[in-house]
Order: sequence, then structure tokens, then C-alpha cells
Amino acid sequence: MLALVRSSAEGEGFVPPSTKDFELPPIFGDNPFTTKPIFLVIFSVILISVFFIAASRKAAIVPSKLQFAGESVYAFVRNDLAKDVIGHEFLRFVPYLFTLFTFILVNNLFGIIPIIQFPTMSHVGFAYVLAMFTFFVFHYVGVRKHGLYKYIKEIMFMPGVPKAAYILITPLEILTFFLVRPLTLSLRLFANMFAGHLLLLVFILGGEHLAQGALGLKLVSPFAFGIGIVLTFFEFMVQCLQAYIFTLLTALYIAGALADEH
Amino acid sequence: MTRFDFAAEGEKLNPLIPHTSEIIVGAVAFSLLFLVLRSKVVPMFEKAFTARTEAIQGGMERAEKAQLEAQQALSQYNDQLSKAREEAQTLREEARVQGVSIVEELRAKAQEEAARITAAAHASIEAERQQAVTSLRNEVGALAVELASKIVGEALDDQARQSRIVDRFLDDLEKSK
Repeated sequence: MLALVRSSAEGEGFVPPSTKDFELPPIFGDNPFTTKPIFLVIFSVILISVFFIAASRKAAIVPSKLQFAGESVYAFVRNDLAKDVIGHEFLRFVPYLFTLFTFILVNNLFGIIPIIQFPTMSHVGFAYVLAMFTFFVFHYVGVRKHGLYKYIKEIMFMPGVPKAAYILITPLEILTFFLVRPLTLSLRLFANMFAGHLLLLVFILGGEHLAQGALGLKLVSPFAFGIGIVLTFFEFMVQCLQAYIFTLLTALYIAGALADEH
Repeated sequence: MTRFDFAAEGEKLNPLIPHTSEIIVGAVAFSLLFLVLRSKVVPMFEKAFTARTEAIQGGMERAEKAQLEAQQALSQYNDQLSKAREEAQTLREEARVQGVSIVEELRAKAQEEAARITAAAHASIEAERQQAVTSLRNEVGALAVELASKIVGEALDDQARQSRIVDRFLDDLEKSK
């Protein structure tokens, strides 16, 4: 919204969208808990809860359209993600994976829903929180399953590797399990949403700027809008994909922690 | 980490540094959603899945049972039918045998009767013939004697002589035939 106001200000050249466009000031005074992303997260929680409670309320054998829609999402996470990846113990992780998938998906889709048009996950704080949860979940699961000593030992000294290789592998493994995994998980999600939003801003604000310029530029601006629309579809795909990838990787990490050998 | 410092006013904003408020709200909101989905949604969907599986399995079991019962009934009917057929066959056989024996018996009886009747008829005919012969002989004898005595004029009162003469007469009569 800010960017929109700014780029249409007269006299200045085109100001490309930047990180400033992600800095949304609090809506009520200086309270940092009243920014748009925070409202969006709360809204998403209400939206998801209401939808799925309404869909699952009857739990009928022959589902209504609403129940079928909710069930399809749930069955996708349950069977295609949890069951296929984790195996026979999958059922107790379904609630977590289901929450993760729906939460990320809805917040991502906010990026292309008219009026809202802001992917919450382009604020890195939310992505960090989710990665942190996953980090704790899969380590907790591993420790519970194998005991702390054995779990750490298997991470540090991977069985079936020549002793000399530990010099190289042990630091890498520790790095992987305790730093790279949560970091890549959160940054992948954040960066995709951030870049996607930026890309849409470039073409849509650029198109708007061109429309206000000279005649020649006016003729070019529809192309910018056109590309903006194409990219919106592309973003839709990326948003779904990122929700899927985050959930899939979480399931894989849990499966790895449960496995007898890492 | 590179700073994204191409903001127009020279402000330095690093998008990788999270807002504290967002971390707090994100964590609370996600936890809340998790609790809601885990307590309200997941059990209901699982219930629906289980009920559906059971319904399908129950239906299949019921169908199997019904089929089994139908097959039992069918084999029972088939048994009964073949038994009835066998019974009918034996009955027919018995009836045939009985019929044959009855006909045989009747025929034998009829033949016997016929033979008896024939024999009785023969006997009575013979007796009557004998009687006729005897009476004829007597009468012819008396007539002939009377005739002869009348003609000859000679009294033939001696019994033995008389019958001897008659016999001779009759023999002659028979020879002359």
C-alpha cells in the first residue's frame, strides 16, 4: 500500500519496490502487535479452524461437499505425506503436519488473494517460528526413541563409515542437524514468498508507473500488467509447492529421527 | 549475510532480522491452531475414515454371508430335488414291476379258468355222450327186439340171447356204415 502511494507521487522517477515495501507500520499507534502480517496470521488461524471444524463436525460416512473438501486436504497430508514418509508410526504426527501444511498454505495464499495480497511468510519471523517447531519436534522424537546418548552418538558418528572419515563427516553432520536444517527450512519458505511478492510488485507497480508516463510508455504498460497476471499464477504454484515442501521435509526429518540408523 | 540496503531513503532494513512481535504471535497462533486441529478436527476425520472403512468391510462381510447362505439354500434345494427324483424313479420302477406281476397273475388265472372251463365242458359232453349212447343203445335194442319179434314171431325172452342178438345186430349195423 505504501509503495502504491509512493510510486504514484509526481515528480519522482520510478522507485523500484524494495524491502521497504515489506515494512508495514502498525495500524494502531505504535503497537508492534497491530501490523498487517500479525492480523493476517490471526485471521488465518480463525479461517482454518472455522473451515475444518465445520467440515469435520458431522464426520459422516457419506461426506457432504464441505466435508469432502476438508477431508481431501486432510487425507492428502495424512496419506501422501505422513503415511508414505514416516511409515507405521505416522498417525501421531498427523496433527502437527496437518497444522503445518494448512497454516503455511493459507498464509502463502494470502499473497495473491485480492485486497489481502501479502504473503505472511515473507516476514521471516513466522518462518523462523515454524522451523523452530519442526527442529524441536524431530529432535524430541529422536531423543524419545533412542535416548539422548544414542541419538547424539548416531548423529555424530554415523555407523558404517570408516573411522578416518569422521574427521570430515562429524562436523558436517552436526552442522546439518542443528543449523542447516532449521535455517534452510525457514529461509527457503521466507525467500520464496519474499521474492515472489517482490516480483509481483515490480511488474504491477512498474505497469502502473508506465501507464502514467509518455504515450510510448503507456502502450508498454499492458504488457507489464499481463506479465504480472501470469506471474500471479506462477506464484500460486510456488505458494502451494512451498507449503508442501516444508511439510514434506518435516516429515522426512521425523522419519530420519525415528529410523534405527541415521 | 548481505544487507538488502537499496532502500531509497538510505534506511537499512534487513529482512532476515525477525520482529519480536511476529515471533511471539507466530508461535502462539500456530500452537493455538495446532491444539484446535488436534482436538477438534483430526479425531473427527479419523472417526469418519474408520467408520467408512468399517462400513465397507461390514457391507462386504454381509454380502459374503448372504452369498454363503444362498449357496447353502441352493445346494439344499438341489439335494431335495435329486432325492425327490430318485424317489419318483423307485416308485415308477416298483409300479412297473407290480404291474407286470399283476398282469402275469391275471393271465395265469385266466388261463387256469379257461382250462378248467374247457375241462368241465369236455367232461359234461363226454358224460352226456355216454348217456346218450347208453340210452340209445337200450332203446335201439328194445325197438329192434320188438321189431324182430314181431317180424320173426319168435319170442326172444331169454335175456342173454336177446342182448347177444342185439349186440350182433348193432355190430353189423356199425360195420355196414
